[in-house]
Amino acid sequence: MHMADALLSPTVGATMWTATAATTMACAAMVKKSLDDRKVPLMGVLAAFVFAVQMINFTIPGTGSSGHLGGGLLLAILLGPPAAFLAIGSVLTVQALFFADGGLLALGCNIFNLGVFPCFIAYPLLYIPLAGKNPTPGRLLAAILLAAVAGLQLGSLGVVLQTSLSGVSELPFSSFIVLMQPIHLAIGVVEGLVTAGVVSFIWKARPEILEKAASGQGLGSLPVKPVLAGLLAATLVTGGFLSWYASEHPDGLEWSMFKVSGQEELEGQGGSLHDSLGTLQEKTSLLPDYGFRAGESGAGEEAADPRLGTSVAGLVGGGLVLLMGLGLGFLLKRRNSGAAPATRR
Amino acid sequence: MSSKIDRAFYDIGHLDTLAEGSSALHRLDPRAKVLATAVFVVSVVSFGKYEIARLLPFFLYPVLVIALADLPVFFLLRKLLIVSPFVLFVGIFNPWFDRAVLVELGPVALSGGWVSFLSLLLRFALTVGAALLLIATTGFTAVCMALEKLGAPRIFAVQLLLLYRYLFILIEESIRMIRAHALRSFGTGLRYRVFLQILGNLLLRTMDRAQRIHMAMLCRAFTGEIRIMRQFRFGRREFFYLTGCCAFFIGLRLTDLPSLVGRFLLEMGP
Repeated sequence: MHMADALLSPTVGATMWTATAATTMACAAMVKKSLDDRKVPLMGVLAAFVFAVQMINFTIPGTGSSGHLGGGLLLAILLGPPAAFLAIGSVLTVQALFFADGGLLALGCNIFNLGVFPCFIAYPLLYIPLAGKNPTPGRLLAAILLAAVAGLQLGSLGVVLQTSLSGVSELPFSSFIVLMQPIHLAIGVVEGLVTAGVVSFIWKARPEILEKAASGQGLGSLPVKPVLAGLLAATLVTGGFLSWYASEHPDGLEWSMFKVSGQEELEGQGGSLHDSLGTLQEKTSLLPDYGFRAGESGAGEEAADPRLGTSVAGLVGGGLVLLMGLGLGFLLKRRNSGAAPATRR
Repeated sequence: MSSKIDRAFYDIGHLDTLAEGSSALHRLDPRAKVLATAVFVVSVVSFGKYEIARLLPFFLYPVLVIALADLPVFFLLRKLLIVSPFVLFVGIFNPWFDRAVLVELGPVALSGGWVSFLSLLLRFALTVGAALLLIATTGFTAVCMALEKLGAPRIFAVQLLLLYRYLFILIEESIRMIRAHALRSFGTGLRYRVFLQILGNLLLRTMDRAQRIHMAMLCRAFTGEIRIMRQFRFGRREFFYLTGCCAFFIGLRLTDLPSLVGRFLLEMGP
């Protein structure tokens, strides 16, 4: 589910980073404005709760597999969207840094996929209207289940879109989506059931917690539309700007990006944009042999098959540099650990 | 299963204790390291998808960091292996869809798919490794403070710090609960109903704890800001480190060092 750096192009990664950073800023401002500063420790501790709980798995009967809580929707229900978004962001940051889930460039995508969709779409548009003010257990279950499934479907759609726009993976958009959506339907159902179970447990044990959250005390009710509008604007602006800038220096990356976006899947777009993408693709289509093109100078006897010559040269050179580096590292490390007993303690 | 949690727990703690080292790298201002890591990741990711040779010199950076900061290589490699499945899952389709022969090395013909798959794995190792190294040389608290100094919202940074501080307590608490359950359940796994009750109870305890923490903070004059006695100094060493790293990464991105070296070697040889 986590997007990974290796699958991302810098353009897509930077766009998502900008969108996420803008959302984080907006959420932080909103939380600050409506603060009840009791919420900051609560946010931190609940985020830690979600983190800890993600390590507990339960067995799914009859399948032999196991499930756990994702926690986005639960946080949104308990904290309200902006605070929940910040909490999810912090959980994902820790995961990226310590467990290397995804990586740093992909962090923008991950926070967006797992934070924006549950907090700003599934929670206000599905959970709130469906659950209502005084939900019965049945309504609560239905609302949470639906919201969780929708949130995760959108999130996995985000992963698919970001991956295919980046063009590092060869997996065609349609097959990838057919692979991802059903898996995340199952994950969404599990997530919904667990969230609903926990929420109804709290509802029975301490209804005041949920009542407070639902009635908008503290951080419950905050405007969602401005956030969404701002987000959209930020994404469009940065996306447009970055891809325009990138197109000035066509290399393999842009080539692959436009190859993907030039395919039928996205053909519904406006004519002029599509045309310019087409010309770009034309302009850059000599790049498949990028990185293996004929050498300008050392073409001597390799002239018969210049591609072979340069790629061998590249590999030999790269391997040599790598070996030298490893040797250097090994030497330094030995020196370090040799010196260690003397310097330490 | 509880051993799995124990393991993860140990891993988090261990990675952070590595940051207590005292090498020259450890002593640098965290901002320099955060920025250098960012430049590294972007340079690596910005290569074309068929690139292999030009990615190799980038391994110099992790190797040098590991060597200079004296970090345990196998521990870090194991962490890399643990998180690889998603990338493998997506990348393994590349050879399937992209079958055009791209490189011929003597008798072996490599299709574009295999080349891009290899390239994907290299990128994965580099980018993910860079994140791990950042924590192992800097420590989480310092990274949070650096993020804040670099412009991340204060609430977000404070919240990250709190999350990290209470993570250990909550993980320990959940380990205790799981262990208690395991001792009373004769090895059957955690069933859905029990799982929910454990989660619910843990959540209630967590919220009580948050309230206690908040009261304790109020008693100590908490006003919504966390103040930390820590000097941040972006001095000459940080400047040289950062510019050096950036020049190195961007230089590797713009020039084709491996081909230059390789061509030089091949011409020298026969």
